[in-house]
Amino acid sequence: MANETLIDKKVIVFQLKDEEYAVSVQQVGSIERIVPITRVPQTANFVKGVINMRGVVTPVIDLRVRFGMEETEFSDSTRIIIVYMDEMEVGLIVDAANDVIDIPESAIEPAPEVVGTVDVDYIEGVAKLDSRLLILLNLQRVLSNEEINELKSVEG
Amino acid sequence: MDTTQYMDVFIDESNEHLEVLYKQLLELEKNPTEKAIIGEIFRAAHTLKGMSATMGYNDLANLTHKLENVFDGIRYDRIIVQTEMMDVLFETVDHLNAMVEDIASGGDGKRNVSQIVTYLEKIEKGDQLEQASETPVNSAKQDSLQTITALDEFEMTILNESAERGFSNYEITVMLREDCLLKGARVFMVFEVLEKLGEVIKSEPSVNDLEEEKFENSFTVILVSKQGEQEIKNKIKKVSEIENVEINHFSNPYNYKNTNQQNDEHQVKEHTNDQTEQPATNAGKSTGKSSSSKTIRVNIERLDILMNLFEELVIDRGRLEQISGELNHQDLQETVERMSRVSGDLQNIILTMRMVPIDQVFNRFPRMIRKLARDLDKNVAIDIVGAETELDRTVIDEIGDPLVHLIRNAMDHGIETPQERLKKGKPEQGTIRLEAYHSGNHVFIEIADDGAGINKDKVLNKAISNDVISRNQAEALTDKQIYELIMESGFSTADTISDISGRGVGLDVVKNTIESLGGNISIDATAGKGSIFSIQLPLTLSIISVLLVELNKEKYAIPLSSVIETAIIHKDQIMHAHNKKVIDFRGKVVPLAFLNDIFNVPKDNTDDSDFVSIVIVRKGDKMAGLVVDSFIGQQEIVLKTLGNYLTNVFAISGATILGDGQVALIIDSNALIKS
Repeated sequence: MANETLIDKKVIVFQLKDEEYAVSVQQVGSIERIVPITRVPQTANFVKGVINMRGVVTPVIDLRVRFGMEETEFSDSTRIIIVYMDEMEVGLIVDAANDVIDIPESAIEPAPEVVGTVDVDYIEGVAKLDSRLLILLNLQRVLSNEEINELKSVEG
Repeated sequence: MDTTQYMDVFIDESNEHLEVLYKQLLELEKNPTEKAIIGEIFRAAHTLKGMSATMGYNDLANLTHKLENVFDGIRYDRIIVQTEMMDVLFETVDHLNAMVEDIASGGDGKRNVSQIVTYLEKIEKGDQLEQASETPVNSAKQDSLQTITALDEFEMTILNESAERGFSNYEITVMLREDCLLKGARVFMVFEVLEKLGEVIKSEPSVNDLEEEKFENSFTVILVSKQGEQEIKNKIKKVSEIENVEINHFSNPYNYKNTNQQNDEHQVKEHTNDQTEQPATNAGKSTGKSSSSKTIRVNIERLDILMNLFEELVIDRGRLEQISGELNHQDLQETVERMSRVSGDLQNIILTMRMVPIDQVFNRFPRMIRKLARDLDKNVAIDIVGAETELDRTVIDEIGDPLVHLIRNAMDHGIETPQERLKKGKPEQGTIRLEAYHSGNHVFIEIADDGAGINKDKVLNKAISNDVISRNQAEALTDKQIYELIMESGFSTADTISDISGRGVGLDVVKNTIESLGGNISIDATAGKGSIFSIQLPLTLSIISVLLVELNKEKYAIPLSSVIETAIIHKDQIMHAHNKKVIDFRGKVVPLAFLNDIFNVPKDNTDDSDFVSIVIVRKGDKMAGLVVDSFIGQQEIVLKTLGNYLTNVFAISGATILGDGQVALIIDSNALIKS
């Protein structure tokens, strides 16, 4: 049993468009409903702004835009996943947050090279579970500052 | 005695006394005959000695004792203050400082000070040869006679006061006969006699132990009395089974009294000239004590927690104000108003509690300058103005190093050598003026020297050769901008790298530190006359007053510290100057910045009114008009950062949470004004 938990990876599964993504549960602080967002001017287009997260001003980014998908209106199922990474606290806007599941380490495969058109450096791997395909995110890459700075200099 | 719990207090107080020593020594150097200064030094040394002895740091106590001896000599004109002496004295205090530091970091405060002790002893003996033979005898006596040393503050106060009122303090040692049977009863009788004569302040062993006969056959008491020694002695001797009574004038070990003064019975004839200075000294000491007892020490962490809690309260206060405004319920409104007033007062108190005088930073500069001047062979005086100016504790903690850097810089590059100064027709002694003052919500610190100023051409050439700027850029710069180049990274004008400054990582660090504190620094100089570095700092870092404005539906906050005024002007008043929109504001041409455009605020069908709202802001002596859609009003807000993810957002210095729970961004108007 102990052995099993050791090789299992607990993840939060969320939805973007019709694909399912996963981030490690250890990096997630909470899952929130949409709250009013204050726009921050002159930032990358995927930075939606900042929210008041129980007294802490927390930036939120729209993962759809971050991953190059088309933007949609927020709906009832839209969620903000608060993640912690390297002293940073960031909210990720996703279409829906479905559940928490254990993925056996053995089910995780490295990201296939052919996966797609977007730069895939923020994908850590892919897990196939029954009929579901979960894309495991590398949060560090998703939140990398270089990306923001790059975009900023293009805009500015 | 377990002294660990007093450790913090000991360190704090020792540092305070060391500060006094440094400060007064510097004063003494200027006025070598001023008795008040000498007295001050003497008291500081004396207290330090007492404290360190109590805490068991003997090396510290011994060295302080030596220092004290020297000042005792100075006090009674046995020693004349000379310049050569000052160096030794400063060095002594440096040693003491090092010891205290060692203790503070967990060491035992031991240090090899034999050389300095020799010097001190030389000073002590040098001018008082005729007394040299006598002094050791007396101090030896002091050791053997003074059996009671541990006095608490209360007892000390009584002793001090009694001396002022003309009572005498006696230390009486009573020896009972060895064959005495009822020791307890004899003690009781002696005490009865003593109580009639005066007041027993302390006894050793304690009264309880004496009553229970827990002592050998002698005991010592301190008696305050108006009676003469002989009389007391005779009265005590009337009690039977008393072997011997010894009476000395008691000199409080914590409160200095000349050693001569312990008039041992057998020495009375030699020392008839009793000191009259003692009551005066005591009076000064006791008043000093009572005034300092009105403060308590609070851990800075607790103040920080208090501040954090209060910040939360400020946010809720904003929320309450908003709700009561919406509900329009009279009782509620009155209550909320009252609460706002009270919490406003509370805020002031909490903020001032965290304020400390900048003297804490300034006071180490005189001795630093003294030392540097010696190392550099320059003659420099320091002039400190406004040391009582108060600043938030967090700012104080950060500002020390930048100031040290600037002063070193002024010493090294600014002030010339005495020869050069004479050649230029300046006084031989250079001056560094350090000034602090409040203005609005800011504190200004100026470091001015009357040295060579800044060589513009040299700065420019260096900047160009170090690729700080290009030759083309250089031509467009104003004098002030050129001076400020020396704070760019990768710039150092010292021709030779010296130990004092000019290691290439200098002024840019200073600039960064100050800017990270929300302040800024500017430089002005006149060739041959000197240079001025002015630093502007916010009074506090966490709660600020802002003007809330609206851009379409978005709310922004502009710090009031940079707002000059607000205005609503007609569109026709906007003029065009070289493709820029400007207005004539009280006779000055002020450029406009349209915040809607700068912040890309989404436009909805703007109702084209003929009037525009403008916030006039300033940065230094420059102004700009920020065009907004409407003003909301003034509010106290708690400054929050945008977090580590969003860093360096253009023209936004942070965020705050408004009463309705929404986040509003704080505009950094400095970024909107091009300097």
